[in-house]
Amino acid sequence: MTETLSLSAPAPPAGLGAALRRAERPNRLRAFALALPALLFLVVTFAAPIGLFLTTAVRNPEVRAVLPQTIAALDGWDGHSTPGEEAFIALAADLARAKEDNTAAALGKRLNYESAGMRSRIMSVVRHLGNFKDGALAPQFAALDPVWASPDLWAVIKRNASPMTPYYLLTSVDLGQDASGGIARVEESQAVFLDILGRTLWIAGLVTVATLVLGFPTAYVVSLAPSRIAGFLLLLVLLPLWTSLLVRTTAWVVLLQTDGVINQALLALGLTTEKLQLMLTRFGTVTAMTHIQLPFTILPILSVMKSIPEGQMRAARSLGAPPFFAFWRVYAPQTLPGVAAGCLMTFILSLGYYITPALVGGPRDQMMSNFIATYINRDLNWGMAAALAGLLLVMTLSIYLAFLRLVGAERIKLG
Amino acid sequence: MFLAATTLAYGLALGAAVAAEPISVMSFGGAYQEAQRKAVFGAYAEETGRPVSEQEYGGEIAKIKAMIDSGNTTIDVVDVDAPTLLQGCDEGIFETIDWEKIGPKSDWLAGTTSECGVGTIVYATILSYDEDKLATPPTKLADLFDLANFPGRRGLWKNPATNLEFALLADGVAPQDVYATLATPEGLDRAFAKLDTIKKEIVWWEAGAQAPQLLASGEVAMTTAWNGRIFNANKEGRNFGIVWDNQILDSNYWVIPKGAKDMEGSLAFIRFAVEPKVLAGIAKYIPYGPVRTTAAAEVAPEDAKNLPTSPDNLTTSLTLDNAFWADHGDEIRKRFTTWLSN
Repeated sequence: MTETLSLSAPAPPAGLGAALRRAERPNRLRAFALALPALLFLVVTFAAPIGLFLTTAVRNPEVRAVLPQTIAALDGWDGHSTPGEEAFIALAADLARAKEDNTAAALGKRLNYESAGMRSRIMSVVRHLGNFKDGALAPQFAALDPVWASPDLWAVIKRNASPMTPYYLLTSVDLGQDASGGIARVEESQAVFLDILGRTLWIAGLVTVATLVLGFPTAYVVSLAPSRIAGFLLLLVLLPLWTSLLVRTTAWVVLLQTDGVINQALLALGLTTEKLQLMLTRFGTVTAMTHIQLPFTILPILSVMKSIPEGQMRAARSLGAPPFFAFWRVYAPQTLPGVAAGCLMTFILSLGYYITPALVGGPRDQMMSNFIATYINRDLNWGMAAALAGLLLVMTLSIYLAFLRLVGAERIKLG
Repeated sequence: MFLAATTLAYGLALGAAVAAEPISVMSFGGAYQEAQRKAVFGAYAEETGRPVSEQEYGGEIAKIKAMIDSGNTTIDVVDVDAPTLLQGCDEGIFETIDWEKIGPKSDWLAGTTSECGVGTIVYATILSYDEDKLATPPTKLADLFDLANFPGRRGLWKNPATNLEFALLADGVAPQDVYATLATPEGLDRAFAKLDTIKKEIVWWEAGAQAPQLLASGEVAMTTAWNGRIFNANKEGRNFGIVWDNQILDSNYWVIPKGAKDMEGSLAFIRFAVEPKVLAGIAKYIPYGPVRTTAAAEVAPEDAKNLPTSPDNLTTSLTLDNAFWADHGDEIRKRFTTWLSN
């Protein structure tokens, strides 16, 4: 069979393809060289910083740098009993050094993530260093805080001797390590992040559906309108896009607040008898986000709609298709690349929303980015921020890839 | 001869300049620094002949740290809030205070002396309401949790700190036992259970300015707030009442950044700034109370009633334990987040 095929369709002479590629190479190199500044710019200002930042999700330098002697002393420790005197001596020596270098606070903060109270325990030892008396240190540590006798505390120190930690990544999916190093779900009251991730995906999904429901007919009307009216309508779509996100969000605050325009209008018209709670709700968040995202959904759909020949619908009608049937079987499928692109764009952009939920949403509407910002700005816990950012990035990329698989890469038209 | 004369004159001028070299002081700007300028800085320059060169910042510890890391500490004294004091003290970026040169520690309110900082003023998170709107005003913190007698929505700061303390105080825990109780799992459960009783009626505020706005718009019947914000709203014509019961106090501190050029000068400035009469003067311009009990006695009676530290207002107060929140904040904030979502 293969032989017949090769006989009936002779391959081009070997080397022709290679020769062609060779001939085109200078052109391609020239094109690449022109794009090089932009590529370099992206690598230097975007890919590299993000990549570096994401590595803080696994970096674990504190214990290793500050407690080298303690780590060495814990080398042969069984992990089930209070370590011997040598561990306490080593810890006291390490902390004396840390006191001089001012590194004890960073160590305390790091250990405090995994065991609440470690910060003050470390700092109280550091302050107490000068007052230790000769003789066994272990009882003197225990006198400061009995928890120093607990093997669990030392297990936390030993576990963090390695330069990489799974702590931040595990925490970002509500998992944790117990004293023996096994992985388990954290207790119910500490399990926050999967819920927040689910909420982020859900809100982004709601916004995507809402923009599609509102945007598709709008795009349809604009694509059919005479060019002068179409230009005006397009301006109306684009105008919000040219306004700052913060301004648009604040405008929604003015509209939605309890004494705001919407409530007053509803009351004046007699449609409601008391003021509705619109601010600080899921409804408010989704409404404001939908408004902001609308142009991103409309524009790709519009550009695809404009490329569909008008005559097709007329042809379908003249061949006997009822109006809706003609629209649904002939027109709608052709808009799919635009719909897919618009929805994808809105969904992915919505995943990263920060200001709008913070201003218009209630405590149940805060999305992943709010928590990332809190960890960066207030808690200065960059490891946790990097882990959450990584989680969000992975989710976004998987959704993108799944979407490509589902719809087909060639069927998405992003503009 | 001419040369010698000019050199001499130059030398004299230089000498004078050195003697009057200003002391560089950094504070939070705004109405607060304005009050310090009127009450402290001016009086200091007048008394010592040494002018105060003022700097402003937003409370960022990073700014102080960067200055010290650069090896050139140009600022002599800084006003910091309590969490910054704690963190900076831990990280060793503040000089140790020689209390001998400041005053007797026993004169300061409990929890406002530190080895790196000298407490200066106290502000409070209080319960507030609109006197024009409530027929029966609340008189104690527990009324915040009493929906039967005081129906309506409540404004609370969207942060576990202060709310969990308020919950325990309202539940009958004595101020001195609040943090020991919160440190136990049962105590934490108890605080959240108390908050559960009003959860449906809570409107959360995040920025300090929102609390008086919630009251003004009638969105809430009562709200917790920072006392300075309520004072300012009243200055602008509102009629908000403050419930001086179980208010939570927090303080600011004078610190000396590590490597400050003139330790003695810095200490002398702090000593002057916390002298009872000087410190009491701040209350004339902003309702923040002096942390020194001897200073509280110097405050004019008409100002004193607005202060979190006036003896009448101070009987049931609680001082915010920033060390507790540094240790347990991460864990409790997560629980608070899940609690909010359920």
